[in-house]
Amino acid sequence: MEVYTALRQFADSWALLAMTLFFIGVVLFTLRPGAKALAKDAAQIPLKED
Amino acid sequence: MVPTIAKVWLPRFAWPRHEYEMQTRRWGMSNMNYTIETMALAVGAFLALLGVAFAHDSLFAAHMWVLFFALFAGTVIMVRRVSFAPVTLAQKAARESEYMDEVVKYGVIATMFWGVVGFLVGVIVALQLAFPDLNIEPWLNFGRTRPLHTSAVIFAFGGNALIATSFHVVQRTSRARLFGGNLPWFVFWGYQLFIVMAATGYLLGITQSKEYAEPEWYVDLWLTIVWVAYLVVFLGTILKRKEPHIYVANWFYLAFIVTIAMLHIVNNLAIPVSFLGSKSYSAFSGVQDALTQWWYGHNAVGFFLTAGFLGMMYYFIPKQVNRPVYSYRLSIIHFWALIFMYIWAGPHHLHYTALPDWAQTLGMVFSVMLWMPSWGGMINGLMTLSGAWDKIRTDPIVRMMVIAVAFYGMATFEGPMMSVKAVNSLSHYTDWTIGHVHSGALGWNGMITFGALYYLVPKLWNRDRLYSIQLVNWHFWLATLGIVVYAAVMWVAGVQQGLMWREYDDQGFLVYSFAESVAAMFPYYVLRAVGGAMFLAGAVIMAFNITMTILGYERREKVPGAAAPAALQPAE
Repeated sequence: MEVYTALRQFADSWALLAMTLFFIGVVLFTLRPGAKALAKDAAQIPLKED
Repeated sequence: MVPTIAKVWLPRFAWPRHEYEMQTRRWGMSNMNYTIETMALAVGAFLALLGVAFAHDSLFAAHMWVLFFALFAGTVIMVRRVSFAPVTLAQKAARESEYMDEVVKYGVIATMFWGVVGFLVGVIVALQLAFPDLNIEPWLNFGRTRPLHTSAVIFAFGGNALIATSFHVVQRTSRARLFGGNLPWFVFWGYQLFIVMAATGYLLGITQSKEYAEPEWYVDLWLTIVWVAYLVVFLGTILKRKEPHIYVANWFYLAFIVTIAMLHIVNNLAIPVSFLGSKSYSAFSGVQDALTQWWYGHNAVGFFLTAGFLGMMYYFIPKQVNRPVYSYRLSIIHFWALIFMYIWAGPHHLHYTALPDWAQTLGMVFSVMLWMPSWGGMINGLMTLSGAWDKIRTDPIVRMMVIAVAFYGMATFEGPMMSVKAVNSLSHYTDWTIGHVHSGALGWNGMITFGALYYLVPKLWNRDRLYSIQLVNWHFWLATLGIVVYAAVMWVAGVQQGLMWREYDDQGFLVYSFAESVAAMFPYYVLRAVGGAMFLAGAVIMAFNITMTILGYERREKVPGAAAPAALQPAE
């Protein structure tokens, strides 16, 4: 198989799946229970320091 | 009170020696001898001279003369600054414990300076399109002044704004001094040298003809070195942070730095024709070259003009309204969604070209999907004001930031719409595209930068407030109305152009020649120059206001929200 075709097939199968799963994982991790309080603290960071 | 010119400027030229030394001490330059740096400058100047002597072509020789004079001037300034006073340990320790604000101050001034220059060149190129006699051959042709304008506003104005604000924000949100000793100074001055080399190259006629990546191979190599140093400084500061969490603004800045490094290197892969010559050829050919270019070009928009400036938004809006960002978790999802989608949107610049159809559709689909993270971010920025909406009325700096976010929303609505193939068949190659770019660049990037500068200047120079809040208001309205004129005129011009180009008669012939569509643009081009001139006038007012603030003057005026103007205090 030529390189272009091989890369193309990898890109729209396993690579696409991996990136989609990573993205969904990031969103779920951000919205996990308990993250709200941490996010609230993090949002205060710019206001703590002059 | 406006001080007389003599009072402000004459002392600058007539300082006695001890005054000069006091001033350098106040600027934090005392007892700092940059020995190795000065020697490197001198060697660099000598190498530039060798470049002149052994140049393969006359353009390269001319460009090396420019480099020589820039480096030679730098050497002279550094040598004149040499101080023989010893450094005490206490001074050194004090210096290491503070935030490194000097380089941010320089960055603020450079941003202001390049902004005015870039907008001025913009008005000139707009007038050149309306009145072709203004094309002064060969150095000031539209073909050379146009990249001068785009690079001056994007890379000189925008780039300096990003470097300065990122250095400010990363120190405050990490509670750590910038990493790398004098490396931030190298980043700042190295970047200015890149700007000077790029700009003079365009006017000389040196270009690799890639939009927003016009500088030739040797200037690209220099920018790569500077950019890696920038990454080291930024990442090093994050690694030595005292704050456990990395604030979201730093994520955006880091994505901007890393992605621009990747884009710049890949898109500029080229083989120079000769070692000391100004010409190179791209490593890619044909449609691969086009796709690489627009993968670069659109992500320069996505990561330089969007991610980096979102970093500004997520720091300076909370600071100016003194409230945390509306939803921190939304800002994290905004970040990941933006970087995951933007990188695929480039092919929408190549609709109906030799690019494979699937790639065009991919670009279009990802551009449309970008609507969601963009508007999520816009809502997050605007809602940060909830509970403090009155500040839009009382604080013109907040107003500037809010209009910036509003323009971000408008431009990120218009962009996906224009990336749809059916719309693009009308809008592509017309002035509609130019209008779209400017509502994003002037409205979003310009306004958020102005807001950040107005926030930073009193803070960095320890002033109670700006010289004049009223002048900020003038700037706001001149800039906003200027953009509205510009964008509205370009919509009309672009749609008319697109319709004229596709107008067939009942015999199947084109109704208009191309020259007729050009002639029809004249009134719009004049009005566009008027809109640009208004925006420029606002920037000149800002430059005056900021200069007066730095010099320590305060205009006596009624400050919105303050108790009473100074003039009404009882006399003693």
